[in-house]
Amino acid sequence: MKIRIFVTLKNGVLDPQGKAIHHALDGLGFSGVNDVRSGRFIEIDVEDNVSDGDIDAMCRKLLANMVIENYRIEKMPESVPA
Amino acid sequence: MKSAVITFPGSNCDRDMAVAIEKISGHAPARVWHGDTSLSENYDLIAVPGGFSYGDYLRSGAMAARSPIMQSVVKAAENGTAILGVCNGFQILTEALLLPGALMRNSGIDFVCREVPLIVENDNSQFTSAYEKGEEIIIPVAHHDGNYFASESELDQLEGEGRVAFRYVENVNGSARNIAGILSAKGNVLGMMPHPERHVEELQGGTDGARLFESLIKTLLETAG
Repeated sequence: MKIRIFVTLKNGVLDPQGKAIHHALDGLGFSGVNDVRSGRFIEIDVEDNVSDGDIDAMCRKLLANMVIENYRIEKMPESVPA
Repeated sequence: MKSAVITFPGSNCDRDMAVAIEKISGHAPARVWHGDTSLSENYDLIAVPGGFSYGDYLRSGAMAARSPIMQSVVKAAENGTAILGVCNGFQILTEALLLPGALMRNSGIDFVCREVPLIVENDNSQFTSAYEKGEEIIIPVAHHDGNYFASESELDQLEGEGRVAFRYVENVNGSARNIAGILSAKGNVLGMMPHPERHVEELQGGTDGARLFESLIKTLLETAG
């Protein structure tokens, strides 16, 4: 089973990389960009018997730093064999 | 002083740290590899050096904090052993939850590498007793992720308990309240972004870092005496 995990900085935590990307977009002439927040995307492939609790623990113990980051877990629908 | 320096894949200040400790204490520290599962002795000091452990994968210090040896370092910290984390070592100690907060990308994005003036905020810890409170010292920094972040309540607690060890005179990386180094609640763990081991002899351009190691030796002698 494929699990997608999105790790993002908590609201209110300054994101210097997002600011730099925003600045670069402005420099390329794209107007109308209000804000840019950068984050991390992690895809993990786990056995079907891995519990939701374990996946949550993986996020809390390693994949996200709970001091500064939030995470969101998305389960991918099983792919249908062709 | 019986000490150990931990080396992770990607550590690059481990030798500097070992040289500084040997120069000041007269005893060469044990060199401990990240994959070791236990510390062979009871050390007076364990140093977690700077560098780019595990290529800074995931987050600076995140992988190293979960390596086998760190479980022993955490246990040693709980038993009161002095633990010094410098630069990447500071990042590792926060990731290992030995110190509160986190070290984020510098607010100006740039890697900052220069000598910086610091104010000594605490002169009664085992790491800082050879300094004077309010004194200005010069120690080099060299980091990309030194922007100290903690919640307002944690910052208030750190300040209230006298656990801010050093503060930047000029905020070089966006750190909350100019914090450059902090102590654990029991005072036996110090994490700091500046590199005291890089200023221990005149040839390096300054010696203000030497007194950090002298403080540790002084404390040790007092405890033994």
